[in-house]
Amino acid sequence: MEPIIQLGYDLLPILNDLPEWIAITAIALSAAIILLIFIAVFALFAIWLERKVSAHMQDRLGPMEVGGWHGWLQTIADALKLLGKEDIIPTNADKILFKFAPILVFAATVAVFAAIPWDSGLVPADLNIGLLYILAISSLIVIAIMMGGWASNNKWSLYGAMRGAAQMISYEIPIALSLIVVNMSTGAFNMSELVRQQEGTILDWMFLRFFPFGFIAFIIYFVASLAEVNRTPFDLPEAESELVGGFHTEYTGMRFAMFFLAEFANMFVVAAIAVTAFLGGWLPPFQFLDFIPGPLWFFGKALFLVFVQMWLRWTLPRLRVDQLMYTCWKVLTPFSFAVLMIVALWMII
Amino acid sequence: MVQYFRNIYESIFTVLIGMGVTFKHLFRPAVTLQYPREKKELPKGSRQQLFVNIDDCIGCLQCARACPVSCITIETVKAEADEDLGETSNGKKIRMHLPRFDIDMAKCCYCADCVPPCPTECIYMIPDYEFSTYDRKDLIFKFSNLSSEKTKELEEREKAKKQMG
Repeated sequence: MEPIIQLGYDLLPILNDLPEWIAITAIALSAAIILLIFIAVFALFAIWLERKVSAHMQDRLGPMEVGGWHGWLQTIADALKLLGKEDIIPTNADKILFKFAPILVFAATVAVFAAIPWDSGLVPADLNIGLLYILAISSLIVIAIMMGGWASNNKWSLYGAMRGAAQMISYEIPIALSLIVVNMSTGAFNMSELVRQQEGTILDWMFLRFFPFGFIAFIIYFVASLAEVNRTPFDLPEAESELVGGFHTEYTGMRFAMFFLAEFANMFVVAAIAVTAFLGGWLPPFQFLDFIPGPLWFFGKALFLVFVQMWLRWTLPRLRVDQLMYTCWKVLTPFSFAVLMIVALWMII
Repeated sequence: MVQYFRNIYESIFTVLIGMGVTFKHLFRPAVTLQYPREKKELPKGSRQQLFVNIDDCIGCLQCARACPVSCITIETVKAEADEDLGETSNGKKIRMHLPRFDIDMAKCCYCADCVPPCPTECIYMIPDYEFSTYDRKDLIFKFSNLSSEKTKELEEREKAKKQMG
């Protein structure tokens, strides 16, 4: 936080005249608002990108009309439409929980952004247990999904929510185990320290260390993170073709948009964690590419991983529930344990 | 145990193959036609909007009789002996005034049965299929080119003839 506060003082010298607590609050609030705007804009862009990527992978064109160039205004128009929609709450729904669930999903997503390091020093909150914080906060999403599904008082929603809870809790284990590999190697939980430990060329990045075990850990993390954010092939909680919309079946208008926005922001979050832990965060792959600023590297790498998520989504069909559990408990978890053990041995030797 | 590892190997391998296929399609030109701006040339002989070249029509009513849904309505008035209405493009003498030649495209079933009987080949289908309207009445296409005064005059002539007869 300190470098950002310093940056705030540098940009707005007037703040020096104000009492410290007002200045710090103002800087923190504006940082939060900037992040919120970033999340909203990124989600709109990601939805547009997803539609374009899916369309072109199926030899279609996707949105082409709104805004002229390749329908770039389409998602903004959709968001405006959702804003104007009627807010329907089912009569038999648990009204308090029903209203609270989308807020919790969105809040948990935004809170995760606090610990994502964009550049050395450019971290909203440079926690010494950043990775644990992110894992803990993103688990709140499970509660919110369960809340939304239960409060809707609808069988599809409840099925979706139960599937979601089972899936997300199961897949948190391989995620945590594969991230522990990174912690063991770097000896840090702090997100920026994780990146600093990977300084050097591309060969020093985590996914190429302990070859091929770092890479296996990266793949395990990536596959499990797909399940964590409910993307195809693990999109059972919202399976349109069997559960109507899963946990957000009963949601309309802006509440639905919150779920949707949070889903796409979460895609970025898991990609950002993967970039920080395995792909060297804001570091360029080679020293001579230093002239490109760190945030751009970070964003570019994360965007590439988001693209791979979309790519997988439009390649693979949905798994069955038993296949989903098989993948987690019989493949990913044992493999991540094995990788953990091997890396631990490697480090001792 | 071997089966377990083979399963994992095969699933990873096949996913990579699938990703290769989708990646290839990502850069393939789309098959979509941006319809109102780009149009597909329809094949020759496709049945679309009916059109009557009224200058060639001799008022023989063959098309109206051939129509299975009676969507063609024609009214004719015989020309006087001293009246010369000219000839059609294939040399037939026109003996009828045509105060009314309506085709109701809402009723039309696009069988094109009216096209072959025409002795002067003046009724045919033109390559236009975009004539949707907000009102069904607007789908009645009027092909008669007589002015309303001329129509009234012909009507009065007919009435007078009937009274005489």
